[in-house]
Amino acid sequence: MAKITLDALKHSYYPNPQREEDWALKRLTLEWADGGAYALLGPSGCGKTTLLNLISGLLHPTEGRILFNDRDVTLASPEERNIAQVFQFPVIYDTMTVYDNLAFPLRNRGVAEPEVDKRVREIAHMLELDAMLKSRAAGLTADGKQKISLGRGLVRSDVNVIMFDEPLTVIDPHLKWVLRSKLKELHRRISRTMIYVTHDQTEALTFADQVVVMNNGEVVQTGTPVELFERPMHTFVGHFIGSPGMNVLTCEVKDGQASVEGYPVETVNAAEYKGDARRLELGVRPEFVTLASSGIPANIVKVADAGRFRIVEARARDRSIKLLVPEGRPIPEGEVHLAFDPRHTQVYEDGWMVGARR
Amino acid sequence: MNKTFDNRAWWLVVPVFLMVAFNALIPLMTVVNFSVQESFGDNVFFWSGVRWFEQVLNSERFHAALLRQIIFTALVLLIEVPLGLAIALAMPRKGPWVSVCLVLMALPLLIPWNVVGAMWNIFALPDIGFLGKLINSLGIHYNYTRQPLGAWFTTVLMDVWHWTSLVVLLCYAGLVSIPDAYYQAAKVDGARPWAVFRYIQLPKLKHVLTIAILLRFMDSFMIYTEVVVLTGGGPGNSTTFLSIDLVKMALGQFDLGPAAAMSIVYFLIILLASWLFYTLMMRNEAR
Repeated sequence: MAKITLDALKHSYYPNPQREEDWALKRLTLEWADGGAYALLGPSGCGKTTLLNLISGLLHPTEGRILFNDRDVTLASPEERNIAQVFQFPVIYDTMTVYDNLAFPLRNRGVAEPEVDKRVREIAHMLELDAMLKSRAAGLTADGKQKISLGRGLVRSDVNVIMFDEPLTVIDPHLKWVLRSKLKELHRRISRTMIYVTHDQTEALTFADQVVVMNNGEVVQTGTPVELFERPMHTFVGHFIGSPGMNVLTCEVKDGQASVEGYPVETVNAAEYKGDARRLELGVRPEFVTLASSGIPANIVKVADAGRFRIVEARARDRSIKLLVPEGRPIPEGEVHLAFDPRHTQVYEDGWMVGARR
Repeated sequence: MNKTFDNRAWWLVVPVFLMVAFNALIPLMTVVNFSVQESFGDNVFFWSGVRWFEQVLNSERFHAALLRQIIFTALVLLIEVPLGLAIALAMPRKGPWVSVCLVLMALPLLIPWNVVGAMWNIFALPDIGFLGKLINSLGIHYNYTRQPLGAWFTTVLMDVWHWTSLVVLLCYAGLVSIPDAYYQAAKVDGARPWAVFRYIQLPKLKHVLTIAILLRFMDSFMIYTEVVVLTGGGPGNSTTFLSIDLVKMALGQFDLGPAAAMSIVYFLIILLASWLFYTLMMRNEAR
């Protein structure tokens, strides 16, 4: 059980990093509360796994400190940190039975056999592995093997933090759903700090209370799923979270008033703009764009059916703007006008939200 | 899908048949031919049935050579496999030393077998060889040309020097192919180095070890060149292994019938042992 503090953490895989690109992780300061469920979300190669391995102690940071409950563990081994980690691809001990695999982390730490038995059976039951406890782990399917990996991560009751590195990549979709709910349920039950790395936004948003979005080795935004959705601090978050992603349109801001294509648009934060950006953009999610009687004129070019909604792609001059239209609502032909919800329309300077601290 | 039947396709297989016939079947059949007949030159043959086989299988000379051979192979396997595995485990996984180690390891394998024998022949001579001098200077009386034990020691040492590298290279290849995630998981699970070896490295090396043991078994069971150059099978018959005995019988005494029978028995022993070993090692794979 621990609060985790990352203090000005930097990491590079090169012995003496010179350029900005040499850093796999660029200066990161974070604090994670004890017992929270966190997700690290970002595209492949953004530094998620590096960060995870730094926390688990498989890597040591080039600069900065890691604290568990205010104890400096920067140079401690995974063993000393007392953490559990589940990897992307199943890791099993081939020659052992499923039971012995699950018992391995406990036995290595000298836990008494009756306690081992109790824990193993409990975890096996939760992962529906009871029936195959006595069979050899090597004979299992990929699903089964990954369940064992998960089980080994969950079997110890005293760990400081449990980390999952895209653990459901190899799992069948229907089982994915089941296991994710189990993890969530388990988190509620044992309230241990859990960090879940993924590039799948659905996974991150359903699992975590707090999502940390990373890109290019830095944290772009930390927040609850709702915050990430409604107030993306960076256009990257807007793109990456939500389906389809946020509309990002170049705009102008004059005297605290934003305008697109010469049409004034009401926004949350245009008034805070100081006027020194190289690139000014306006971001609005498709959910908050509506067809109106006045506003930016556009032509509808494509309509895609996505169940309860239809994704409508409109074109204003040469810009594409997506919007969601609820099922059953008629979609007019030809020229339409688009209106943006002023409470959910933000201005971004050089990618970052105007007015937000960096 | 409809299968097309065209017997002309057999012509495509003919070249392979011919190849196999010329390089395996015909020589083998010649040996079989000799093993069941008596010959007196001039290509005159008389049928002799299984007489040569009976003679070989009952001869003390064959038994003695076979026993020496089994002891030699067992010694070589017992030393080379654990030693090779230990060296492979100790070799660096990355960095500039990897290639240095690999080249050093590969060197003995690149030396022609008769050169290996000649090298050790001189190296171990008690009067002018470095090794022989060194051992004698330690106060141990050592002369491999006269002492059976000394000859055995030198022969086994030579084979270990020559062939441990093969086991090292095979094991090293096996070791580097184990994904990092296994070691990371073991660290997280709190596994001690011994447990890492026992539950990760050894099981993952099972296949390469099987291959290494098979190769070393077959090669050491058929050892000829190095030993002939080193000791010539002596002193006395003390290092006369099966292949050396076979050559003595076939070319020294020109006993082609018994020699042919012995070749076939020799071949069957290797085949049987390899098959047994492989089957036992791979028994659990099917399940």
